Amino acid sequence: MPSDSSTTASPYAKPLPKPTPLTQPFWDLAREGRLAVQACRSCGDRHFPASPVCPECLSTDQEWQVVSGRGTLVSWVEFHRAYWDGFKADLPYRVCLVQLEEGPLLYSNLVGADAGEGRVGRPVSVVFEKVTETVTLPKFVLA
Amino acid sequence: MMSDFQDLKNMVAVVGVGTTRYGSFPETDEYGLGAEAFGKAIADCGLDKSQIDGLLVNRIPSYARMGEVLGIDPRWTITLPAHGRMSGMAIIEATAALATGRAKYAALIYANIGRSRRVNYGGDESPNIWDPWGMTSPGAAHAMMFQRHMAMYGTTTRQLAEVSVAIRHNAGLNPDAVMRKPITIDDHEEARRIAAPLGLLDYCLITDGAVCLILTTAERARDLKKPPVLVSGVGGRDRFRQSALGTFDLDFWHGPIRESGEESYRMAGVARDDVDVLMSYDNFSPTVLFSLEGLGFCPRGESGRFVEGGTLKVGGRLPTNTDGGHLSNSYMQGWALNVEAVRQVRGECGDRQVPGCEVAQYIAATVCTRSIIYTRG
Ligand SMILES: [Zn+2]
Repeated sequence: MPSDSSTTASPYAKPLPKPTPLTQPFWDLAREGRLAVQACRSCGDRHFPASPVCPECLSTDQEWQVVSGRGTLVSWVEFHRAYWDGFKADLPYRVCLVQLEEGPLLYSNLVGADAGEGRVGRPVSVVFEKVTETVTLPKFVLA
Repeated sequence: MMSDFQDLKNMVAVVGVGTTRYGSFPETDEYGLGAEAFGKAIADCGLDKSQIDGLLVNRIPSYARMGEVLGIDPRWTITLPAHGRMSGMAIIEATAALATGRAKYAALIYANIGRSRRVNYGGDESPNIWDPWGMTSPGAAHAMMFQRHMAMYGTTTRQLAEVSVAIRHNAGLNPDAVMRKPITIDDHEEARRIAAPLGLLDYCLITDGAVCLILTTAERARDLKKPPVLVSGVGGRDRFRQSALGTFDLDFWHGPIRESGEESYRMAGVARDDVDVLMSYDNFSPTVLFSLEGLGFCPRGESGRFVEGGTLKVGGRLPTNTDGGHLSNSYMQGWALNVEAVRQVRGECGDRQVPGCEVAQYIAATVCTRSIIYTRG
């Protein structure tokens, strides 16, 4: 797995996140090796992806809360088709759906030597992969 | 004053249907295809185009250009985006508009030029926040759901194959279907994987083509060429709370499908067992399994067993997608299935006709789930 494209001649060829003012804190925290979800200061609801208002109470008073990085494997698939050229070398690659201990669901990649042993319901934990100087992607391994 | 939608039972009918050929037609565009379907639909019901005073377009870029091409100036116009879930929604909204006098005769036109334009439903043409992880395409979201269904209920890919095999069988009885060569369970198992556990034969076709339905009130329908097919019951539930995950639901939309189905049966005054033919949105084969469970044709988790042995074939226990559906007929995003429901109730389906068909149901299980019951007028 490429971990840092800045040391190689070829540029990172996979899609990169397009941070907005709303999502920038998520990427800043990821670069520091921390996984965060949005939390509502009014009602406590935790949600992901980021929302301009709390989907439970509509409050705009929200913050980013660092979470445990532990979760459950809700499902996963194995891509045999690359919709971007940058993924061709990785085929087949695994995308997982994780439910964090704190509640929110998110898609990511299931990585690690034992990723093939993934089963629905298995505990997983976050790892961080620096893909460019500015972007670090949270991914998951079997816990 | 009208206050309950259920009062619209049998007030509106489908009176004309038109479909183009399906395939690859780079020489034309949405307007050319839409106009062809429209011409066939008005010929089917015997109306003159000047009588059409309602226009609904779906997946057609400009409603004004469509109206210009058809040479009509309606008084009710709606445009809907290029999502498969829109077909059922369109028919329901047109029913409400006609029943309340917004228009007398509405043409609902859908056109798709996606094959010629090489649309592939993933990657940069439909960007989303999960792109950095390579999560893209509705097929992958359905593969996520089916993986879960396998883990929770022991459903197998060989059982899933029964959906594709039966619908391909039905396509073989439809001279207009794009894919008619029979397939076997082994063919399904050996097909190229796309987003495993799903493979090529679990995916809908991508075709160019167009569909038009003409709707009017049941009263006006009596004077037209063909026997009317009534919109007898409709139901719907939307589930937007986790729509960031795409066309995915942790619970396989079980609640929305059940509630939409029950609402439509209640309105139509029919029972589930009265359904003679089912049109089940089959963008991907698992969607059919989720629909069967949600509607209660089998208990939760047992759809894999339910479809074994050709249940969904014409001649089977529950003939489903008798035209070949999205998997084998054409990718008309629910519209062709609604036309097939009308043709079955009319008794126009030739080799694939379900004998004595009186009640047809359309179900689209998705983020916006819709059920429609059609009966003989
Ligand atoms: Zn809140």
